[in-house]
Amino acid sequence: MSRLRLYLPADAAAIAVGADRVAAALRAAGAARGIAIDLVRTGTRGMVWLEPLLEAESAEGRIGFGPMRPADAEGVLAAILDGGTHAKALGPVVQIPFLREQTRLVFARCGITNPLSPEDYAAHGGWKGLARAKSLGAAATVEEIVASGLRGRGGAGFPTGIKWRTAAAAVGSPKYIVCNADEGDSGTFADRMVMEGDPFLLIEGMTIAGFAVGASQGYIYIRSEYPHAVAAMREAIRIAAREGALDGFALEVRVGAGAYVCGEETSLLDSLEGKRGMVRAKPPLPAIQGLWGKPTVINNVISLASVPWIMAEGAGAYRGFGLGRSRGTMPVQLAGNVRHGGLYECAFGVTLGELVQRVGGGTASGRPVRAVQVGGPLGAYFPPALFDTPFDYEAFAARDGLIGHGGVVVFDDTVDMARQARFAMEFCGLESCGKCTPCRIGSVRGVEVIDRLLAGVRPEAQRELLADLCHTMKYGSLCALGGFTPYPVMSALTHFPEDFVPRAGARMAAE
Amino acid sequence: MPEYERWSEARTNAIIAEHAGEPGATLPILHALQEVFGHVPVEAEPLVAAALNLSRAEVHGIVTFYHDFRRHAPGRHVLRLCRAEACQAAGGEALATEVRRRHGIDWHATTPDGALTLEPVFCLGLCACAPAAMLDGEVLGRLDEATLDEALECVA
Repeated sequence: MSRLRLYLPADAAAIAVGADRVAAALRAAGAARGIAIDLVRTGTRGMVWLEPLLEAESAEGRIGFGPMRPADAEGVLAAILDGGTHAKALGPVVQIPFLREQTRLVFARCGITNPLSPEDYAAHGGWKGLARAKSLGAAATVEEIVASGLRGRGGAGFPTGIKWRTAAAAVGSPKYIVCNADEGDSGTFADRMVMEGDPFLLIEGMTIAGFAVGASQGYIYIRSEYPHAVAAMREAIRIAAREGALDGFALEVRVGAGAYVCGEETSLLDSLEGKRGMVRAKPPLPAIQGLWGKPTVINNVISLASVPWIMAEGAGAYRGFGLGRSRGTMPVQLAGNVRHGGLYECAFGVTLGELVQRVGGGTASGRPVRAVQVGGPLGAYFPPALFDTPFDYEAFAARDGLIGHGGVVVFDDTVDMARQARFAMEFCGLESCGKCTPCRIGSVRGVEVIDRLLAGVRPEAQRELLADLCHTMKYGSLCALGGFTPYPVMSALTHFPEDFVPRAGARMAAE
Repeated sequence: MPEYERWSEARTNAIIAEHAGEPGATLPILHALQEVFGHVPVEAEPLVAAALNLSRAEVHGIVTFYHDFRRHAPGRHVLRLCRAEACQAAGGEALATEVRRRHGIDWHATTPDGALTLEPVFCLGLCACAPAAMLDGEVLGRLDEATLDEALECVA
């Protein structure tokens, strides 16, 4: 029986839109033709609107077919084997503009390799960063990360190398590396894509971090909403340990339990310790007193997954991408009501408008874009008038926004911005850990104030009160949950005031 | 369809013993209990407390802090529908309203025949194929009323 090798993602997003059913249909169609299909389940390329995206080897490299439906299996197989055309044919995958225009450093392998094949990982440049770190030594590795300009990709943008330097110098034993994989921001899925599509990359990054700061134990705290990522990481850790790739570094996956606030680093540490995820006051910094009071490096998935490239290619090469104090690449995630939704890794500096209109292709509904929320539930809503803002930590801060973890959620002109502002307050109330008053009480008061405003109860006074409340939350909260909830609320109020007018039928919150 | 065991003290203690030696064992234990029983029974709290040298109040505080841990057994099927912004932008709230109307249940409730429990979830990382949901652990994307109905009929 002849064999045919095909590639189809096993990423959760591909499965959610039917990849497993397509896989079964392909095998059945192959069997009907007397061909054994060798189906490699990869990660996703990140072009989610084309998922399930099937790829086949050809003289021009891999050619794509998508979005596949089970009913397409027979025809696509015929096109591949007999050289015909098919309505779902996309041509060479790397020539699709969305992919071709990217700068893929972190996601170089994602969608190409078998995520759980150590041979694939090594053959595509894996473990080079760890090898160079070992040859440079621990202290030089820390300085290389400092020199790269890498900043925390989880949202806070704190220089990763400085965290490492602090933990390396801190007195205490043992030391820990904790990976924050509690990717709770709506509109983001970059961490999930790495963990499912290239798990050895995260393992290599954490192993380098452990070597650099002198830690022998690492934890990956993954949210429970990501069962595929949990399974992939556990399996990859088992394989890496078996292959002797970890060099004595012990790694373990821990699963969160649905608390958004645990994405905040100190809350995450409390959760790892088995407690309620309560935010800790800083200082002490986790780098000095973190997990169980010991020096701890806590970094986001993408931060750690950027490390192997930096170590393999050098800090200077990484710094060559980006602008100002935002160096390297950022995986931008286009989501919500967007035509070409997916992950777009690029150097900092591209404007928001280019991302939404040119790369994302505008809305999926075909209606005009009215607002985009950048940076998750704590990020500001931007109107098209601000689409000239370059993707850069400082440029977004200057316009009262944040890039956060790189999520861009697109809304069309049917969005009700007062409702979005109310949701931001409601979500804050739902997820508040309750430790500080501005967040715990302020969020509930925020919902009430917006309800009164919309019910027409002295609306001018409510607008003023809402701004005052947001000021208190921003400057008085212990962490970013209460501190940043004012971003979506105030941006909605500032840029879309026409939605914050009394309306018929609005009801007030219970007094 | 997940099959849950009836709560028993012996089984609970066996699950606790499997994890009690791990540092920060509380969440691994609670997850394991919920996987077996479908929820974290209140009767389990003092047993967890005793094993981890915590007060019962502390364990109760932990169980109730995290949205994942159920206090009652769910229906035969659990639909977790995403309510976060990316799904809102793609019509998720209208879909949720329709699901609640059609099945006559609100969030966190189970249909009277015990067939379906509806739970909100805030982001499944399926934001580029929104609206999204998870039905008995299976992920679903690009949902509309028809495709969600089809998925529910498949498990019914």
